[in-house]
Amino acid sequence: MDRHVDSGRTPSAGPAGPTEGGHHRRVTFILAVVVLGFFGFGFALVPLYNSFCKLTGLNGKTGGPVEASAVVGMKADRAREVKVGFTSTVMPGLNWRFKPLHNYIVVHPGAVTRTSYLVSNPSNHAETGQAIMSVVPGRAARYFKKLECFCFHQETIKAGESRNMRLVFFVSPHIPKDVRSIIVSYAFFPVKKHT
Amino acid sequence: MSARKVLALLSGLGLAALVAPDAAYARYPWEFPTPVTPVAKETLWVHNIFLTFISVVFVVVLSIMLYSLFFHRKSRGAMPATFTAPRTKLQFVLSAIPFLILAFVDYVVMGIPAYHAVLAMANTRADAQMVVKVTGMQWKWQYQYPGLHIKYYSSISTPQAQIHDQEPKNKNFLRQVNHPLVLPVNEKIRVILMSKDVIHSWWVPAFGVKEDSIPGFLRETWVKIDKPGVYRGQCAELCGVGHAFMPIVVDAVSDDQFKQWVAQEQSREQTVRAQQAAATAVTYTKAQLVTMGQKVFTANCAACHQANGMGIPGTFPPIASGQPFSAAPNMIAALRKRGFITPGGKIVEGPVVDHINIVLQGIAGTPMPAFSSSLSNEDIAAAVTFERNDFGNHTGDVIQPAEVQAARAATQKP
Amino acid sequence: MNAAHAHDAHHDEHPSGMTRWLFTTNHKDIGRLYIGFSIIMFLVGGILAMLIRTELLKPQLLFSPELYNQIITVHGLVMVFAAVMPATTGLANYLIPMMIGAPDMALPRLNNWGFWLLPPAAVLLVMPFILMLFGIGNGAIDTGWTMYAPLSVQGGLGVDFAIFAVYLMGASSLLSSINIIVTIFNMRAPGMTMMKMPIFVWSWLITAFLLIAVFPPLVAGVTMLLADRHFGTHFFNAAGGGDPVLWEHLFWFFGHPEVYILLLPTTGIMPHILSTFSRKPVYGYKAQVYSFWAIGVLSVVVWAHHMFTSGMPVAAQLYFMYATMAISIPVAILFFCWFATIWQGSMTFETPMLFALGYIVLFGVGGLTGLILSDAVADQQYHNSYFLVAHFHYALFGGPVMGIIAATYYYLPKITGRMYNETLGKWHFWQTLIGFNLTFIPQFFLGIAGMPRRIPDYALQFAHLNMLSSVGAYILGSAQLLLVYNLIQVMRGVGKKATTQVWEGAQGLEFTLPSPPPYHTFETQPVIQ
Repeated sequence: MDRHVDSGRTPSAGPAGPTEGGHHRRVTFILAVVVLGFFGFGFALVPLYNSFCKLTGLNGKTGGPVEASAVVGMKADRAREVKVGFTSTVMPGLNWRFKPLHNYIVVHPGAVTRTSYLVSNPSNHAETGQAIMSVVPGRAARYFKKLECFCFHQETIKAGESRNMRLVFFVSPHIPKDVRSIIVSYAFFPVKKHT
Repeated sequence: MSARKVLALLSGLGLAALVAPDAAYARYPWEFPTPVTPVAKETLWVHNIFLTFISVVFVVVLSIMLYSLFFHRKSRGAMPATFTAPRTKLQFVLSAIPFLILAFVDYVVMGIPAYHAVLAMANTRADAQMVVKVTGMQWKWQYQYPGLHIKYYSSISTPQAQIHDQEPKNKNFLRQVNHPLVLPVNEKIRVILMSKDVIHSWWVPAFGVKEDSIPGFLRETWVKIDKPGVYRGQCAELCGVGHAFMPIVVDAVSDDQFKQWVAQEQSREQTVRAQQAAATAVTYTKAQLVTMGQKVFTANCAACHQANGMGIPGTFPPIASGQPFSAAPNMIAALRKRGFITPGGKIVEGPVVDHINIVLQGIAGTPMPAFSSSLSNEDIAAAVTFERNDFGNHTGDVIQPAEVQAARAATQKP
Repeated sequence: MNAAHAHDAHHDEHPSGMTRWLFTTNHKDIGRLYIGFSIIMFLVGGILAMLIRTELLKPQLLFSPELYNQIITVHGLVMVFAAVMPATTGLANYLIPMMIGAPDMALPRLNNWGFWLLPPAAVLLVMPFILMLFGIGNGAIDTGWTMYAPLSVQGGLGVDFAIFAVYLMGASSLLSSINIIVTIFNMRAPGMTMMKMPIFVWSWLITAFLLIAVFPPLVAGVTMLLADRHFGTHFFNAAGGGDPVLWEHLFWFFGHPEVYILLLPTTGIMPHILSTFSRKPVYGYKAQVYSFWAIGVLSVVVWAHHMFTSGMPVAAQLYFMYATMAISIPVAILFFCWFATIWQGSMTFETPMLFALGYIVLFGVGGLTGLILSDAVADQQYHNSYFLVAHFHYALFGGPVMGIIAATYYYLPKITGRMYNETLGKWHFWQTLIGFNLTFIPQFFLGIAGMPRRIPDYALQFAHLNMLSSVGAYILGSAQLLLVYNLIQVMRGVGKKATTQVWEGAQGLEFTLPSPPPYHTFETQPVIQ
């Protein structure tokens, strides 16, 4: 390594002249804006990703509730059958028992169907949970329409209480013909109440 | 002979001399375990095409390079050429050929079989009669047969003593479970996956199946096993301390045997319930409980609290009293509330009832899971007795199954 | 050429001692700081690698699984962010101004900050280990370098340390990227058009653009992670409407281009070395530059091939599979150009050339196995198995690390003015080549046989190959000590004086300057014909 020592000039005094400096500032500024833009893009990915999921059924995410009026005039396709299975999961932190009333129901696309999940809280204190639903196969998700679902709100179950959670749904007649079997999952997550 | 086999053979020849003598059980894992499902066969087929192709490319390209290295050396008097690009139209066309071949191989030779394999893997057209739900959790699997009312946990059954080199390791070291997944052969089975905490991945190499289990969102895959046998795999997504210790064992049996097993399992559920009721009535001696408890502890608790009861500082509290312990605030608060830690930060033996409750209910927001559904009254009584009389703890407490039953009842009634 | 050196020596003006390095805004000093830092962190990461292979030597537990998880995670983070990235950035800082005939980098003070953000980041990564020794906290980050949520939400204090390290390293990379782009755009010597720039400069320009595009989203991602951990948000938690898979997308949107960020600068250095030692001009300059562009663009649209087992729609699987295969074309063009560059040359095999040729072979294996990993179905078997581990070590050691070592030997005489010990260099190469293959070939077979990655203890059928792999790792690890010894000898002034051109076939502006080059170069810019 060279060890010549001489302090004739400050090393920070760049050789770039003032016009060059201005030139640098402009490009730097543009690049800094680009960096910020991509930083924002990172956050924008959250809603983008969610709408992408809804659109493609990635993760089996289904949409929000369907207005009752949407069903008016809808005809059930008696020629086709879709087997809808149900499964349930209780996440750690909740002491509930939670299971579907039916393991599966065979429905006609377009026919409004009612079923329910049974939930009970055998512990000695009230607990609050939020149900997250998903559907497999993912591409069936956007054809699974809910008129009534306990997954839209948090649910509080009192100690010792048992409850029937209603689910009213239909499978859209537009569902691809080759999807003949779908499984609906509900998972109850605990909601921490800050008291 | 596929290129894979050639490769295997070549490396086998080279490696044979170096093979260590100790593991008598080692099979030579040169290739995929024998595939037993359509997807696994498809996978092996695609793997073979790909590997053959890249081996050929590698050998051809390496030969060209070695040729050049040998003949275009300065020491052989080679004079450098000066070209920097294709000089004639012909050369230009010729130099495009390798890339056309590559594109052809990418999208035709490899791309078309891969396309069919992807469709086959995602095939939900043919409806599966049977559904099995696999739930991953730290660090075991739960298997559930909806409709058959069978649901159980499957956790590693390799003794801690083997893991810690205190006794010789058995043949299926780290790849054995207390309760394997039993599946019928020749039937299409839809496997749905869920996780209760972090992302796990269910991988059985012989099935060609690896699918993540995601907390909250259902995943699916399918298997159709064509040969009875025992197939082993393990979790394939880092899920914390016990990641290496959550094996998967699938027992594929004939249809008749499966029906028998189902009947057995269903009656066992009832017997277990009856036995539990009976066991709850039984009073054990302290020595019996400690012996039973040691087994329960090893199977269920030692992964975190360690075989020596010292825990892991910062995460898993020691069982041995008098040990200093610090961790995340919610863990410390929970321990303090129940009287298991002194203001000076030392672990002490808290009240028996709280001890039982922690095992039953777990501690929400910490890694301590609830064992109320996976362990019987008897097991919990034994484990708690063991914990309170080993690791230098000498409370002399003897906990009977009835006390655990009482604790269960207390939490279940308002 | 010594006369030229002595003549220029009196232009070397700089303060001495610690303050020289702390406050320096000189691109050569900063370049040297980066390279020195990178070598230290390469050794730290290497020691961690040795610990990993020691744990895996036999099927038994030497460390607690928790400590093992921490070691693999920190090994990954240190090697990627603190060893390879600073090394290529260091080369950029040292070489780009000389290669384009500029007096210095465009933004010298920013350059200084850029470097000095790195040591604190490295400390943040490694400190939790040391704190744990004193009984504080529960050690370093243990989630794997991919930091998958919710495991990373659940993790201990080490995760927070790692997140802050990512902030610092991100800021550092972004500052240097901006600096490099501004320098390349504004400070080229008269006549140095874009298409006359040396290939290394081009490769770094694409790298810098990639960094600017993909590092900010990662920073956004870890910010969300931090918020999930401490402020009760639910970006990655299904319970609050979030999604754990979102993290995977955010991470790999950064993570896949990151592979090319590590790789591209070394693919840029390759033609320089190959052309020098075959005494022949670079073949296919334009083709290589366009390939860089193609690789850069493709790298940001293939990220989800890291997630084939996470449950993806068929269309997405097919898209990511075919898009990934497309990358093989521009990469193959690079290989073709490298071969054509040495073809009919007049080759000699000094150490940099050996490492460059080793790069072609090893990175070739990494690239080809990457091609088979692109298949969404077969990936079910390879994913997260040791096959994958072997693949990415061929791609990242065989590529960037071999390339950086080649560049180090190539430019060492230029930087220090002294020739290194050629015999030791050759030993280093052959031991590295043998050790590396012995370490990672068995891992391909382990993966195919079903051994998952990131496990501290394994089933008995994996015992033999693991032992072989560990023996290979010790050979590979000890080989790197030869490099360190060689470097120390050169810095002590042992060895022949290097000439201006250093290598018989070397071309380029940097080889018109004395060795070592004066502290300030090109105050009057050269004019390129």
